[in-house]
Formats: sequence, C-alpha cells, structure tokens
Amino acid sequence: MSIALEHINYVYSPGTAYEKQALKDVCLEIPQGQFVGIIGHTGSGKSTLIQHLNGLTRATSGRILYEGKDIYEEGFDMRWLRSQVGLVFQYPEHQLFEVDVLSDVCFGPKNQGLSQEECEERAKEALELGGFPEKYYRQSPFELSGGQKRRVAIAGVLAMRPKVLVLDEPTAGLDPKGRDEILDQVERLHKETGMTVILVSHSMEDVARYVERIIVMNRGEKMLDGTPREVFRHYKELEKVGLAAPQVTYVMHDLKERGFDLSPDATTIEEAADEIMRSLS
Amino acid sequence: MEMIHAEKLIYEYDKRDEEGNVIGTNRAIDGVDIDIPQGSFVAVLGHNGSGKSTLAKHMNAILVPTGGTMWVDGRDTKDPAELWNVRQTAGMVFQNPDNQIIGTVVEEDVGFGPENLGVPTDEIWKRVEDSLRSVGMIEYRKASPNKLSGGQKQRVAIAGVIAMEPKCIVLDEPTAMLDPNGRKEVIRAVEKLRKEKKVTVILITHYMEEVIDADQVFVMDGGHIVMHGTPREIFSRVEELKSYRMDVPQVTMLAEELRRRGLDIPRGILRREELVEALCRLR
Amino acid sequence: MIRDITIGQYYPAESRIHRLDPRVKIVCTLLFLVSLFVQSSLLGYVIATVFLGGVIKLSKVPLKYIVKGLKPIVILLLFTVVMNLFLTQGGEKLVHFWIFTITENGLRTSVFMAVRLMYLVAGSSIMTFTTSPNGLTDGMEKLLHPLNKVNVPVHEVAMMMSIALRFIPILLEETDKIMKAQMARGADFESGNIIQRAKAMIPILVPLFVSAFRRANDLAMAMEARCYHGGEGRTKMKPLKYKTRDRMAYIITVVYVAAVFAAGRFVDFKLWIF
Repeated sequence: MSIALEHINYVYSPGTAYEKQALKDVCLEIPQGQFVGIIGHTGSGKSTLIQHLNGLTRATSGRILYEGKDIYEEGFDMRWLRSQVGLVFQYPEHQLFEVDVLSDVCFGPKNQGLSQEECEERAKEALELGGFPEKYYRQSPFELSGGQKRRVAIAGVLAMRPKVLVLDEPTAGLDPKGRDEILDQVERLHKETGMTVILVSHSMEDVARYVERIIVMNRGEKMLDGTPREVFRHYKELEKVGLAAPQVTYVMHDLKERGFDLSPDATTIEEAADEIMRSLS
Repeated sequence: MEMIHAEKLIYEYDKRDEEGNVIGTNRAIDGVDIDIPQGSFVAVLGHNGSGKSTLAKHMNAILVPTGGTMWVDGRDTKDPAELWNVRQTAGMVFQNPDNQIIGTVVEEDVGFGPENLGVPTDEIWKRVEDSLRSVGMIEYRKASPNKLSGGQKQRVAIAGVIAMEPKCIVLDEPTAMLDPNGRKEVIRAVEKLRKEKKVTVILITHYMEEVIDADQVFVMDGGHIVMHGTPREIFSRVEELKSYRMDVPQVTMLAEELRRRGLDIPRGILRREELVEALCRLR
Repeated sequence: MIRDITIGQYYPAESRIHRLDPRVKIVCTLLFLVSLFVQSSLLGYVIATVFLGGVIKLSKVPLKYIVKGLKPIVILLLFTVVMNLFLTQGGEKLVHFWIFTITENGLRTSVFMAVRLMYLVAGSSIMTFTTSPNGLTDGMEKLLHPLNKVNVPVHEVAMMMSIALRFIPILLEETDKIMKAQMARGADFESGNIIQRAKAMIPILVPLFVSAFRRANDLAMAMEARCYHGGEGRTKMKPLKYKTRDRMAYIITVVYVAAVFAAGRFVDFKLWIF
C-alpha cells in the first residue's frame, strides 16, 4: 500500500525554446499512512512532482507504482487513481462552481458514478472531516469567507474518500489563525483516518511542526529526504539553494556556538525550549 | 506634519439578500482614529476580514468614508476636486501581482502612472528608469510581466507607483501571494525605498516578520484599532495578539515559552540575536 | 497545447523592424496583403518572396517561429488547395481521372492561393512578432484617431485591446489549472456526446468567469489608483513620431507594391514555366 516513483524524468514543452527539465531522475517511496512534507521554492519541481502522483502529468520517462501497479500500464484506470490520490491544488477555492456548498462537494463522488444519496452522504462526511459548519451546507460557496471556501474545496477532494491526500500550499493567503486551523484539521484527519498526507509548503516552521518526513526538492531533483531533524541539520546547504531551516534551528546553532552544551537539532518551539532548559539546569 | 490623518472614520456598506434588496448594513470600519507622521514606516496588522484592507483603500480614495474624515497630506479624500491629488500623493500596491500590471512590457507598465498624470515624455523615461533601478528591476525593463516571478512582479508594481513620485506608499498585503524568497525581495525593496526616497510607508500585512522594523504597529479587529504601539510593545502581548487571530515570530514565541517556564527573559524579543544574548546572560 | 499558438505573440528583439513606428508596420502590412491579392504573376510572387524574406531576415525573428505560426492554418490551406485544384477549370488539361480534372489554371490558382495564404499569415505575424501589443494598439489608436470626431471612443477601445492582450496568457494558464483541478476530482472532458461534453465544461467555465470578473475588478481598481481617467490629459511614454527610417520604410513598401503591379502588367505571362 504505497506510492513508488522510479527514476521519474519530466521535460516541459520538449523541442521548443521553452524546453525545460522539470524533474530529474526522482526516486521516492511513500508508504501508506505517512505524513510527508515536500519543500522547495517556486520552480523547484514540487508542484510538477505531485501532479505525477495522480497521473495528471505524465512522466517523460520512469515508472510510478501505486499499490504495486504500474499506473502507465495499458488499461490502468486513471480516474480510479485520482479518487485514491486526492490532490488539492493551490488556492483550491478557485475551482468551486456549484450553487451550494453541498452540491459542490458532491462533484467528486458524482464523477465516481455514485447515487445521489451516496454522494450526499459522502459530501456530508467530508465536510465534517474538514471541520465545516453544517449550517452553511446550503449556502453559495461564493459567499463564504476565504478560509471557509478553502475548507469546502478540500472537502470536495475528501469526498472521494482518497487513501492519499496531497495538499499544495493549503495555507497560502490565509491569516495566521486560519493557517493553524487548516493545518490542525489536516493533522487530525491524518490521525483519525490513517490517510497518507503529503503537504507541499514554503513554510519550514509549518512543515517542521506537523510532518514526520521531509523531502526537499531543488531544480527538479530530490535534494534531501529524511526526518525534520535530519533535514534541518543541513541548514547551510538549504540556505545555499534559497531555503532556510526554521528560526529556532538557527537560535539553537547560535547558542551552541556561544558555548551552550546542547544538541542544536530542535525544529519546533517545544523541542527547543526543552533543550535550552536542560542545558541551563 | 501628518501624512495620513483619520478621525472617527466609518465605512458602511449595504448587506443584500439574494434578490439584491438591502437587508441591513455592515460596518467594515468602525470609528478609526489614526495618525501617521510623514516619513514614518507604519504597519497595520489584522486577520482576513478585520478591516485592514478597507482602511488601506481609504488612504488613496478608492473608498471614501461614509462617516468621519480621512485626510491625506492635508487633503480631505471626500473632496472630488482633490481626488487625483490624493491618489498621486498616496500610491497603492495591491495583493495580487497579476491583477495590477497593465502594461505588456515592464517599462510600459511603469510608465502608465506618469502617463495618466500628464508627465512630459522625457520626464517619464527618466522616472521609469529611476524607479526600475530603485527596485532592482532595470535589467527586466523590456521583459513581459508574464515571464516574471511573483516577487519580481510586485517590485514592478512598486516601481509603477514610485514613478508617480508619491509622498506615501500604501502596500495592501503585497506579500500574501508570494513564496518566502519573493517576500524577502519585496520587503527589501520597500526598505530601500524608505531609506533612499524618504517616503512614508504603510504596510498592511499578516506576516509578523515584516513589521519588526516599523515605527508603529496598528492591529485591527472587527473594524477597530485594538492595539497600537512599537513592534516591541505589540509583540510582548502575545496572548492578546493571538486572541485577534494573529501570531508572533517564532523567536518571540520561543522566548515567551522560556519565560513561561521560569527563565528571566525580557518581553517582546524580536530578533534571534536578542534571544541569544538574553540567554547568554542567564548562564 | 493552447500555449503553442504563436500568432499574435511578441518576439522581443532589437532589430530594424522592431524599431519602426507601429503605424508604419500596420499600414505596410496592409499594403503587402493587398499586393498579394491584386496580382497573379510569377514575377510578382518572386518579388513578394524577396520582400517578405528580406523583412523576416531584418526582423531577427527565427524562421521557426513564423513556420510554427502557419500550423493552425494547415487545414484551411489544404482545403483551399484541393478546392482550387479540382474546381478551377480552363487552360490545358494536365491530369484526368474519374470525375476529376486537373487543369493548368487549376494548378496555378491553387499554388497561388496557397502562397497567398501563407504569405498573408507570415506577413501579419511578422507585424505582431515585431510590435509589442501596446505598440500595436498605440498605432491603431493614432491611425484611427480621426474617428474620434464621429464619436468613436478610439482610446478606450485601444486600451481595452491592450488589456485583453495582456490577460489572454494569464487566463489560458488559469483554464489549464482549473481543468487539472477538476480532473483531480474525477471530471472527464474527453468522452460522451456533444451535450455531455458541453455540460462537462460548466465546472471549468464558472470558475473561469468568476476569476475573470475578480481580475477585472482588481485591475479597474489598480488603474484608478494609478490615476487613470481616460485618454484626456494623458501623455505618452512612447509617443509616435515618424522618423527617417519610418519614411524610408514607407518608400520601400510603396516601391515594392509598384514593382509587383508592374510585374503583373508588363511582364509577359510566358514566364510561367508550366
């Protein structure tokens, strides 16, 4: 039960002036149930990478195995794959189109060929999972606040009951509280359903706080892959490619340089506080 | 001399039902008094829907108050005769980089404002060159905006405002749609402008890291100004900020956490060096 | 896919053609198009080829781009060739089978029509490749300025055109994104009959319209914030003024047109080698 990418290459508009290799020999395996963060700046290939996971973009070369099956094999059901690997795009609220919230969330299940009742049942379940208040089910999605719209859009993907949820920058444009609310919700979802969650983000602080594994993309290549502690240990290399570790990591390294006896690996506020208290006592 | 001065500012708009009938009014701004001295750097914080963008739009007369008064450089924004003067005095940069670039070539976009002001051609070229240089985008002058990154587009938008030679720039969440590198680019460009051109800068944002250098910070909630002070004063009130859906930089949070655990660390730590110093003193 | 279309795109470069006044390019392109259609002598086409080739060379636009611009008209081209080949009669019969007859005139007309169409597209794409969309609208605005007197809002129309040109690529990209997002929710745009397919477009069109309105709203605000208030009292960053090179270009084009006419009128038809 996993997704495996084997030597994935992807070339944009081959044979034209805009030809660009967006992914270079990417190998990855994501086991079921993992909470993974993908970081990298704009143009690093991270968005292209996640579009491969549900077959929206087809690799120029390489293989992708979903639950051991080659998704590029003749007769492989791509629409089934897309319901298994739910992909939430950046600013997903821009894809809302129905007259009310519930019908919009029903769009995915309807495309799966389910009956009206089943669709609604799943939509309600998804909205609940996404923490969307029931009193707005019949409201037009266009009248909601930004944060609420986003919840509806995420629910629209959850309603297909995916086993893997991929979120591209789910907090872009939200205020700090809205950002925390969405991420907490995603974390709860991961814990409650055991879903694999892949979170694409710019924010090191966010990623460090929630995920168990970080994949760093740079210029189309997988640059680092490991636990947050392992990855942020390479903070100097990250800086060289225009990324950075969370602020607390820097504080810890500064302290160590000033002669504190501590391990500088902390990536969250709690870890850092624990370590500082320990070294001071 | 006050660059921006507002007294009991109120902005109301009609609430409508599905048929478009008025069913009440919403108050986006409710009795705001604000004073922004010339040449200062002011940040306005607030969650989405707190009224901060509505306030910003009053500063260049895109919106006019339904109650109270807003003066920009001594001009009443309600006075139709002053409209274009107000807009030239207070330039505005918006959130979405794509939706504010009019030209199909970078330099033509920067020239758009001066063209509207009726600036003579030679002078337009001078201004375009000067303002593109000041945001570090001169080598892209012939480029198409569609080929630029978000941060670069925002810098072009800032250049477009600078070319109108305003006394004051209002930036309405200029970094909300950018990645961290783009954010840095924009904030650096603004910093440079502040130092070189001595313009008044009003930055609307919800990224705390961007307001550390501000002279004053206003926090808005529900159309009111609920907090006002220097960044240090504001950031030392972590719990209060959180109640307004705001956050503090991670370093400030860490300092606060250590304080909570009994360490003697001053409130309102803004930078990582400050925290490291404070901890070194404890050893 | 959609982004491969090169017609109407600007190719930034520093060339003599790029530097010409947009009005010159508009007028000369029109003259060139007229020259293609009012004559049909081989020598005329030779002159047209030399003229077009020279302009392409001077413009520094890679030939590849221009050829790519011809792609969308391939079907139209084939259709024209086939129609003319079989339907135009007269002159010597060259091939005859079943109900089809290819005559000398048919062959001639079809070749000429194909050349005309290709030159037409190539000629106009040279204009758009070498003139920024703003330059183009500026040129139109100035050329059509006299219409202001009869209450045609020339400036406003020109401004609308240039904004449309700026937003086309953005909206295309957006369409692509929305399509992918809906496909991620299992939408299917490829199968089904016409009605089903039309219905499948709703989840794309609604978000696209919403977004277009939002953008229009934002843009109007941004323009107002930058003191835009119509064409009155506006100065130009790049005012259009004819320079020596522009007059030269006019002269060259007029000489070219005259040469083409002369070729059609005075040079003997026997030059046609078929």
